[in-house]
Amino acid sequence: MSAYIIRRLLSVIPITIGVLLITFFLFRVIGGNPAYRIAGKNATPERIAQISKERGYDKPYFLNLQNFPREVFDAQFPRLLSSLVRFDFGISASTKQPVSRMLREGFLPSLCLTVPLFVIDLVLAVALALLAAYYRDTWIDRCLVVLSVLGMSISSLVYIMVAQYWLASEWRLFPVWGFEGPQYLVLPVLIGVVAGVGGSVRFYRTIMLDEMYQEYVRTARAKGLGGRTILFRHVLRNALIPIMTNVIVAIPFLYTGSLLLENFFGIPGLGRMTVIAVFNGDEEVLFATTFIGAILFVLANLATDIAYTWADPRIRLR
Amino acid sequence: MNDVIEQPGLWGNAWRQLRRQPLAMLCLAILVVYVGVWVYAEATFWSAKIRGVTPAYKISNYDQRNLSPSREHPLGTNFAGRDNLNQIVQGTRIAFEIGLLTSVIVIPLGFALGAVAGYFGRKVDTGVVYLYSVVDSVPGILLILAIAYVVRSAVDRSVAMQTVTRYVDSGLLAVCVGMGFTGWVGLCRLIRGEYFKHRDRQYVLAARSLGASHTAIMFRHIMPNVLHLIIINFSLRFPGLILTEAVLSYLGVGVRDEPSWGAMINDAKQRLWLGNWWELGGATLAMLFLVLALNIFGDALRDALDPKLRTAEAKTG
Repeated sequence: MSAYIIRRLLSVIPITIGVLLITFFLFRVIGGNPAYRIAGKNATPERIAQISKERGYDKPYFLNLQNFPREVFDAQFPRLLSSLVRFDFGISASTKQPVSRMLREGFLPSLCLTVPLFVIDLVLAVALALLAAYYRDTWIDRCLVVLSVLGMSISSLVYIMVAQYWLASEWRLFPVWGFEGPQYLVLPVLIGVVAGVGGSVRFYRTIMLDEMYQEYVRTARAKGLGGRTILFRHVLRNALIPIMTNVIVAIPFLYTGSLLLENFFGIPGLGRMTVIAVFNGDEEVLFATTFIGAILFVLANLATDIAYTWADPRIRLR
Repeated sequence: MNDVIEQPGLWGNAWRQLRRQPLAMLCLAILVVYVGVWVYAEATFWSAKIRGVTPAYKISNYDQRNLSPSREHPLGTNFAGRDNLNQIVQGTRIAFEIGLLTSVIVIPLGFALGAVAGYFGRKVDTGVVYLYSVVDSVPGILLILAIAYVVRSAVDRSVAMQTVTRYVDSGLLAVCVGMGFTGWVGLCRLIRGEYFKHRDRQYVLAARSLGASHTAIMFRHIMPNVLHLIIINFSLRFPGLILTEAVLSYLGVGVRDEPSWGAMINDAKQRLWLGNWWELGGATLAMLFLVLALNIFGDALRDALDPKLRTAEAKTG
């Protein structure tokens, strides 16, 4: 098992390189020399050249073949990699702040929003899915299915706009904008749950129903177990594997926050930061967030595999 | 002895099953109406393009801004005095164009990679799995946003693309490229799994022993057995595309010079405070009915064509 874990941990290298290549390709190769974005619209060619030199944008993209073989890695992408590996994220070109500080300040507000959102959504969705599975093919189940499909068919923009307008602005039940206390999070979390729970219920219901038709359920019923015991003792436990996959893989994305909710409610989290960074071509921020995100993604995938062995003793990792 | 019993086949069976479900048939009827609206909108758009005139939905009328619903304008007018209902009709065109353009990228890419990975396995498979793990490890909407933003600015700068952007909005193109290069993952997984199952079946062994090439086996022999997955995947992916376009519009990279539903909802936001809810309501409902119908019909279609797919999809995400 430890060999397996080490092998999986090593996969962090190709995955992060791949992710950084995408970001690099988008913002340097297609996007052009970032010096133009940093210098602004009315920059002189000398200023552009100066910034390019300072930040190394005048170097080749991947390999420096001019000074072969001594300084072959003195190129843009290898330099980027080496600084990221040392967790040196550089200084943001648009805010002039160290990116590591921006990340530190941004991830807490994001987590304040996404963690409650995620937990409430999960608990509510699993509970409703169990309810639907227990009463399958009755009107309760049908209502739940129709409501969840309806819920996922409405644009999340509409949820946010309607709730922000009526609940917050007209009826003054919640603050409209800002991040000054826990009460500022209630409405965004509520909207996030309402907008997301439909899809989750449908997903978990499918998983539960799949288990309901397995043979062990028939056996359990044949030996006289009640519906509730079957549901909680047998079905839920067996449904844990797909549920866990879904849950753990979603965890790394919690730290990037919610692009929409953070923007609408003025929560100074990473979601808002990355959107602004995309528009400003603020690569340092994007490289750092995707780098950390990729590492967390690999770790989460590994965690799911380990959790499998815990949930299902038949599974062995080799 | 030629009284062969006609077998209904996959599609015949599916159709028979769908016909028994009133809800699915209702959704199909709604979809047919939307397709009708789309064709009408496409016709008015192209006829104006060919004649070189400004289409009616783009003519501003500043004496009639933000009107309430009336007999003349059933859903009122917008900030430029354009009829909201007409905007929604054109929005239908944009929604379908997004669905089709994105699929032009998603289907070949997802299918080819999935087929190759599933059929050859081993190193090829490792490579493809690596590719989609990379795409998977970036938050979806962020990647779409970044691609769309960069592609749009590149298209706007490029002179060569001007002939294209005369007919297709550069924002629309960028959004489709963004959603296309992230959306192939789901289809690829599905096809890969299916090719895994098929590659050791007897008919494949028979074809191989008769000397069929790998390409022939992949595309002539196995492909007909998995084609229905493309249709199912499309009908279930389409609603997501429409919803994502709206989010992208809000974030500022959506369709620009054309009235997409997302753009309408965003514009309407600024006038909600004036009690002007019909613009938001109209676009929302237009979007809701299409997405809802696609969701329900797509589900029913999947259950009719491939009953096991529902859980397979749920488990692999």
